[in-house]
Amino acid sequence: MIAIVDYGVGNLASLEAALRRAGADDVRVTRSHVDILTAKAVVLPGVGRFGHCASELRRLGLDVMVRVARDRGIPLLGLCVGMQLFFDESEEDPGTPGLGLCRGRVRRLRGDVRVPHTGWNQVRIVREHPWLASVPDEAYFYFVHSYAVEPVDECAILATVQHGGALTAAVGSDGLLGLQFHPEKSGAMGTAALHSFVSATSG
Amino acid sequence: MFGTGAWSRARDSWSFATLATRSRSRRTVVDLARRVAETLSIPFCVGGGIGSVDLAAAILRAGADKVAVNTAAVRRPALLGEIAARAGSQAAVLAIDARRREGGGYEVVVEGGRADTGLDAIEWARRGVAAGAGEILLTSIDRDGTRDGFDLDLVARVADAVRVPVIASGGAGIVDHFVELFATTGSDAGLAASIFHSGEVVVSDLKRALAASGVRVRPSAEAA
Repeated sequence: MIAIVDYGVGNLASLEAALRRAGADDVRVTRSHVDILTAKAVVLPGVGRFGHCASELRRLGLDVMVRVARDRGIPLLGLCVGMQLFFDESEEDPGTPGLGLCRGRVRRLRGDVRVPHTGWNQVRIVREHPWLASVPDEAYFYFVHSYAVEPVDECAILATVQHGGALTAAVGSDGLLGLQFHPEKSGAMGTAALHSFVSATSG
Repeated sequence: MFGTGAWSRARDSWSFATLATRSRSRRTVVDLARRVAETLSIPFCVGGGIGSVDLAAAILRAGADKVAVNTAAVRRPALLGEIAARAGSQAAVLAIDARRREGGGYEVVVEGGRADTGLDAIEWARRGVAAGAGEILLTSIDRDGTRDGFDLDLVARVADAVRVPVIASGGAGIVDHFVELFATTGSDAGLAASIFHSGEVVVSDLKRALAASGVRVRPSAEAA
């Protein structure tokens, strides 16, 4: 079972439908601690403010569950703010800590560009990861974000996108993947991106 | 009860659906969003009659990516901030219907263009963004339905006044209207519906023309 962490944030209906399109036959939108710790893979969604997402996750005790799942080696996929939550904190809400699974910063988009970065943009793959195997270089994905992660440790930058400079589009390490874009909203290419994750984690 | 449209999105594709509903039934709108989310794998925005943050949140929870507010925001601009606080500013779209004033400038109108508000469209766009809007859907009432082309002056002025994405609507009739929109304004997208539905403009032709004019275009084969 793939568990989508339900902490009241994010486009859960679209995400569940997208995972099914990508071949997952057992998907559960859940806030049950047992579900998360017994899942074959965990997906952490997120939209809106970093601080709101982090405090809701904490209020439901799900921050601990996601950390424990990570410790136990359960594959973990973070999407948009869900991916930003992997980090220690964000410039958006400096007083509210994230999950601390990755070292680095989450910074507001800079330069003379429109913010949020909204729409379809081309993703350049800079490092391979097994869960991105089905994503060709320079494919288009759908983005909506005002902040981007700048990792400094083993959560390596896997892909970038140009918007007032190169921004992090994907980070990953062993058993962990974070996507700044929305695969559940990125048409056929988004389904393809999720397909690698689904097939790698449901076998 | 509702119509669908499509936005030529972020200068590279038409890949954003809009649903406009006039239904007064909260459940109908939320159910509609849920059914669309189950089948559509691209972003979509729901607008029409959304007057409370609770309804906006329910529509977003059901799977919509954005909600567009128009009259309700004119009445109470704080609604934009409430939606942004709940779901992020990217989900709060301010829909502005604007009409040229005889003495110059643009008037914000509501109720499908029937009622003036006394607001200047450029100033209202600025205020709306300050209140929490993360995107502006700008419709020229003068051009809407005419197929005479976008109101480039209006679009350029609003796009210059704000830093959030601006979607131009009203007047698209031929492929070249999109080309001139992107060439002469800072707008991020052009919206059209009827010309696509009727087949007068074919999406692949539009994309080819935009690519030829130097606009980056997402290939059609990747569309959902």
